[in-house]
Amino acid sequence: MVSPVPPLATELPASLRPLVEGIRSGNRLALARAISVVENERPGFQALLHTLLTPGEGHAGPPGSRVGITGPPGAGKSSLVTAMARAHMEAGDQVGVVAVDPTSPYSGGALLGDRIRMNDLATDPRIFIRSMASRGSLGGLATTTTEVMDVMDVAGFPRLLVETVGVGQTELEIAGTADTVVVVLVPESGDGIQAMKAGLMEIADIFVVNKSDRPGADRLVREIRTALHYRAGDARKVRVPAHHGVDLSGGIAQAGGIAQAGGSGPARGEEGKGGDADLSKAPPSWTPPVLQTVAHAGEGVAGLLAAIEDHRVWMLESGELERRRLARTTTRVRDVMDRELKRRVRRLLADSTVAGPALGAIASGGSTPYSVAARLLEGFS
Amino acid sequence: MDSESQMSAGEQRVRVLVAKPGLDGHDRGAKVIASAFRDAGFEVIYTGLHQTPEMIVAAAIQEDVDVVAMSVLSGAHMTLFPRVKALLDEAGATDILLTGGGIIPEDDVQALLAKGVGRLFGPGSPTTDAVAYIRSWFEERETAREAGQGAGG
Ligand SMILES: Nc1nc2c(ncn2[C@@H]2O[C@H](COP(=O)(O)OP(=O)(O)OP(=O)(O)O)[C@@H](O)[C@H]2O)c(=O)[nH]1
Ligand SMILES: [Mg+2]
Repeated sequence: MVSPVPPLATELPASLRPLVEGIRSGNRLALARAISVVENERPGFQALLHTLLTPGEGHAGPPGSRVGITGPPGAGKSSLVTAMARAHMEAGDQVGVVAVDPTSPYSGGALLGDRIRMNDLATDPRIFIRSMASRGSLGGLATTTTEVMDVMDVAGFPRLLVETVGVGQTELEIAGTADTVVVVLVPESGDGIQAMKAGLMEIADIFVVNKSDRPGADRLVREIRTALHYRAGDARKVRVPAHHGVDLSGGIAQAGGIAQAGGSGPARGEEGKGGDADLSKAPPSWTPPVLQTVAHAGEGVAGLLAAIEDHRVWMLESGELERRRLARTTTRVRDVMDRELKRRVRRLLADSTVAGPALGAIASGGSTPYSVAARLLEGFS
Repeated sequence: MDSESQMSAGEQRVRVLVAKPGLDGHDRGAKVIASAFRDAGFEVIYTGLHQTPEMIVAAAIQEDVDVVAMSVLSGAHMTLFPRVKALLDEAGATDILLTGGGIIPEDDVQALLAKGVGRLFGPGSPTTDAVAYIRSWFEERETAREAGQGAGG
């Protein structure tokens, strides 16, 4: 039986070859247009990604770093991204920025305004900035955001920063695509409480209290630390056996607890990390540091970058980076398959020679949606 | 209808850069246009005030927009529009529509048209005019592209 749906092709269509060549020769328009092909899932986009991601085909080495910056509207995320990008560029890095804003559910349009803060950088060849609309995805990221980052990575912008608006439960996807998640909060509007409700506490690797030039910043810092302390307390209860004097994991968890109580991030500024000796037994836990910044003035940005670097080192040493990347890869394969199956179902049903008789059979009472679906799905295996 | 059925894979949203070059002070007009475009279903990249032609073109390229819409009230339209058009062409983006609005005398509109700039809208014209213009331009270009690629898909 011949399926009317073409298979997931990994062979690059000739029409997309110039984009691949353009990207390899550093052409920014080619990169921008390749991103559009991916974002719009145009014919051949999977083959394009396959080609770009194949080792030796223009890509060498491990993936670059990916830092997610999320938080409520207006918290200063774009200002912070700009300051971080500038520091990276000055250190000689090539920076990619992806800024995701929500699509209007009414019109399907979107107003993407994150570049307003980034204009001064936009003409610099060391940076590539792309705005994306979420296009109906509920997870805060557009479906193709990770893939767009992949394209920027292989195109020579491996230092990736992704900004998303975090307002509710919808922000968790960023944790699935970033190595390090920075949650940005501001003193006004009871952000601390909001963050806990919204699940931002769970995904944050680093907290930033931005707009620390405003009143209430210190109080918010304390609130977050208290919340983290309670959470770590719960975790300790679960992990530590009754007499924890001889239990290694208990000792480690406790050390984490002490670091929180002291109010500083783990291993910040300490050369010899106490937990290292215990690595073979269990990785020391990471306690999200709570930092203060004044983003538009660049204050605290160096500290933030240092904390991100600490987190990266911790992830490498603890095996967390590998674990996250493996989880990401699994999700990735699943997403590609999900998307492809969905596409096939749609195309199959759009074919009137298939849909017509099937719907007719249901209308005449000979079939149900279930028997029809079962029969159509047989063609997919 | 969920948004996925509104926009199936492979279909493209119109992407528009709304830019406000030059030194004049407020961006109310540009914001009104940006919101109108969003409500028309376009994806609008808004870059704020005081943009140089270089910034506008850098943003247009990176964002791969279909259209650049510039609001020019300063009277510098005879330098700004040709400059942006030239930089776009230089970057290889000859197929991006450059349009816009402002207080632009008819003679100048004609002169700019001759230089490859698209339709320009006066300060009084309703935003729906610009929306309709961009939509029909976009559809025409997509049709032309499909024809150019042949019936392979
Ligand atoms: N006082 C003060 N204002 C700041 C600070 N950081 C950013 N701002 C201002 O806050 C406003 C919003 O900043 P953005 O960087 O656009 O915030 P954002 O979180 O990216 O906003 P959205 O993307 O719209 O959610 C701007 O007017 C900034 O100048 C800060 O540390 N202190
Ligand atoms: Mg922003």
